[in-house]
Amino acid sequence: MTRNIVGEHREVGDENRYTTLNLGPTHPATHGIFQNVLTMDGEVIVRSEPTIGYIHRAFEKLAERRPYAQITPITDRLNYCSAPINNMGWHMTVEKLIGVEVPKRVDYLRVIIMELARISDHLICNSVLGVDTGALTGFVYLFQFRELIYEIYEEICGARLTTNIGRIGGFERDFSPTAWAKLDRFMKEYPEALKEFEKLLKRNRIFMERTTGVGAITAERALSYSFSGPNLRATGIDYDVRVMEPYSSYDDFEFDVPVGKNGDTYDRFLVRQEEMWQSLSIIRQAIEKLPEGPYHAEVPEFYLPPKEEVYNNMEALIYHFKIVMGETDIPKGEVYHCVEGGNGELGFYLISDGGRTPFRLHFRRPCFIYYQAYPEMIQGSNISDAILTMSSLNVIAGELDA
Amino acid sequence: MEPAQHPTLTLLTERFGDNILSADIRYGILTISVTQPAIVDILRFLFDHAQLQYRYLTTLCGIHHPEVNQIAVVYQLHSLENNSRVRLKVWLPEDKPETPTVTDLFAGANWMERETYDFFGVTFTGHPDLRRILNVEDMTIFPLRKEYPLEDQTREDKRDEMFGRGMVGSGQ
Amino acid sequence: MSEMDVKVGLAEKPPGVEGAGFFATSLEKVVGLARKNSIWPLPFATSCCGIEFMATMGAHYDLARFGSERLSFSPRQADLLMVMGTIAKKMGPILRQVYEQMAEPRWVMSVGACACSGGIFDTYSVLQGIDRIIPVDVYVPGCPPRPEQILDGIMKIQHLVETESLRRRDSPEYKALLNKYGIE
Repeated sequence: MTRNIVGEHREVGDENRYTTLNLGPTHPATHGIFQNVLTMDGEVIVRSEPTIGYIHRAFEKLAERRPYAQITPITDRLNYCSAPINNMGWHMTVEKLIGVEVPKRVDYLRVIIMELARISDHLICNSVLGVDTGALTGFVYLFQFRELIYEIYEEICGARLTTNIGRIGGFERDFSPTAWAKLDRFMKEYPEALKEFEKLLKRNRIFMERTTGVGAITAERALSYSFSGPNLRATGIDYDVRVMEPYSSYDDFEFDVPVGKNGDTYDRFLVRQEEMWQSLSIIRQAIEKLPEGPYHAEVPEFYLPPKEEVYNNMEALIYHFKIVMGETDIPKGEVYHCVEGGNGELGFYLISDGGRTPFRLHFRRPCFIYYQAYPEMIQGSNISDAILTMSSLNVIAGELDA
Repeated sequence: MEPAQHPTLTLLTERFGDNILSADIRYGILTISVTQPAIVDILRFLFDHAQLQYRYLTTLCGIHHPEVNQIAVVYQLHSLENNSRVRLKVWLPEDKPETPTVTDLFAGANWMERETYDFFGVTFTGHPDLRRILNVEDMTIFPLRKEYPLEDQTREDKRDEMFGRGMVGSGQ
Repeated sequence: MSEMDVKVGLAEKPPGVEGAGFFATSLEKVVGLARKNSIWPLPFATSCCGIEFMATMGAHYDLARFGSERLSFSPRQADLLMVMGTIAKKMGPILRQVYEQMAEPRWVMSVGACACSGGIFDTYSVLQGIDRIIPVDVYVPGCPPRPEQILDGIMKIQHLVETESLRRRDSPEYKALLNKYGIE
């Protein structure tokens, strides 16, 4: 059986010429655990064979066992660098299934949270790309701002990383004044740090020489591999789910979708950098234009009642129990909803048969889909270029394996 | 809109009328069940058609329906030019689910089909490298089928009664 | 001068005999003190807990002030194996191999609910706790644990390192522990 390993077919006699290098699951430069067995001709990669599944946690099977309100913590752990986007995507999927429209204020608050998550995801990717080229300073400067974002999440939902933020129908509580103060502080301090980071790397000769022309992929191949997100936009295709199928009132905001030219590592870096600036602009617009109103929709069958009532009121206690244990009536249906995650089109394909847990829940995970192209992208390059390509693709192991 | 007015469905019915088992619009996406032998031709038709241009494979997954002893394979396509999506479903018998591969049409289908094989046991004939991708290589069962339990049955530190599960397979 | 004494804390002096220009104490205590302040961790980060570890390494929570400035990704040069994140059954043999490649004395810290007991993933593909395959010294629960919790775990490891007898690794009890896991 021939294996689909991109590269030259090994002839007998080449055994002495080629070396096999295992870029194993535990490696400081692979951000996450996946393995690549490289066949190398000196420094040049001739063939590579990826193996994934080292953190397969069976999310899709787990989701068939859990009621709808209990699936949100699982979605957290998909792309854990931007967990709120996954949570919001799941809540919107369920809202689509049950046919609920959330108030405008909820939409705007969701946009603020999702753009903050997008900034934190791109922040990690770009600063770690700098670390892989040897520039540790950018990472240390920017990571401090991730702490600010964590503080904002903590103020809103109580958790730093795996947020489980929001509810089906809205938010558990309105943003407190402390949250707004922390958000203002972030919006004031972060742009300066981001400008500093850009000055360090964007026109840095060493960084540019290491990243231009490295790991390039053409737009046609990228579309054939079903790329999405910044990796696709770096090749020149401006497919952004927020623009094509606006959800959560994204069409009320004005923002640009940055697009690259060559699809190489430098373009991916620039696209993510520019997207962070656009996210900051969206958050600013959302804060300015935030409408008044309720912070959740009226869906008592799905929206957990406030804790004061749960502790004092028998009816609220019963509703709370029913919602968490999934004893509410769920309509039958087959729905697909996608959001623009940090890495691309994150889709939730949900089939409900009226039971308390989904009949089938399939996550359309962008990392899993575009990592297939990795052997093609590094073929013929040096190993140091392969490391940078992997870094710039922003492969998150949780989303890769689910 | 009514399914019959959807341009994709009208064009498909003209060409592949007898291969279409059912069609309706579910939450905005046209969902068509087709017969298994025609699936690759239908996908190629949708790909090559000058107006429809369904050239982006959003996702490919399997669904196990034990009540009818069938495994459905779902292909969800997206036309970036027209901004429209379509979902095609193929129904395969549970004991021998086989269907041709679409990797020559969409390079991204490679790992998606491997995942469907890993979880449901669907064999994609013509696939360059059909082996398990997420689970351990020597696993003998196809875990996402409904008859297999979620938990590892050999663990002894968690008692099922404490989790509301009396015995294996009692589920909810 | 007196203000400085108030703000700066000094390490505890071990009990011993002091004189002009010399300080005599038992070797164990000196070695323990030296070891505990220069632990080289191996961050075996698999998932979400790895990101909290990155935050612990960052400037805000700063693991480096505990002496762990230099992370070692090679098990041959590491003292502490920090397993952070879910270990799937596919990853188990690799974790075991990394543990076996470490030289004595070595400690293992299991960070996060998934590494301690499988966490929320009670599924067929997840190892229900790394103590199925390797001996663990300190468990840090949490999903993910806050950086303060991880630092608390490090401090507990430091206590274990400081108070360990120099002969522990050759003792029959330790060998019996390793035999239980099938490690030579």
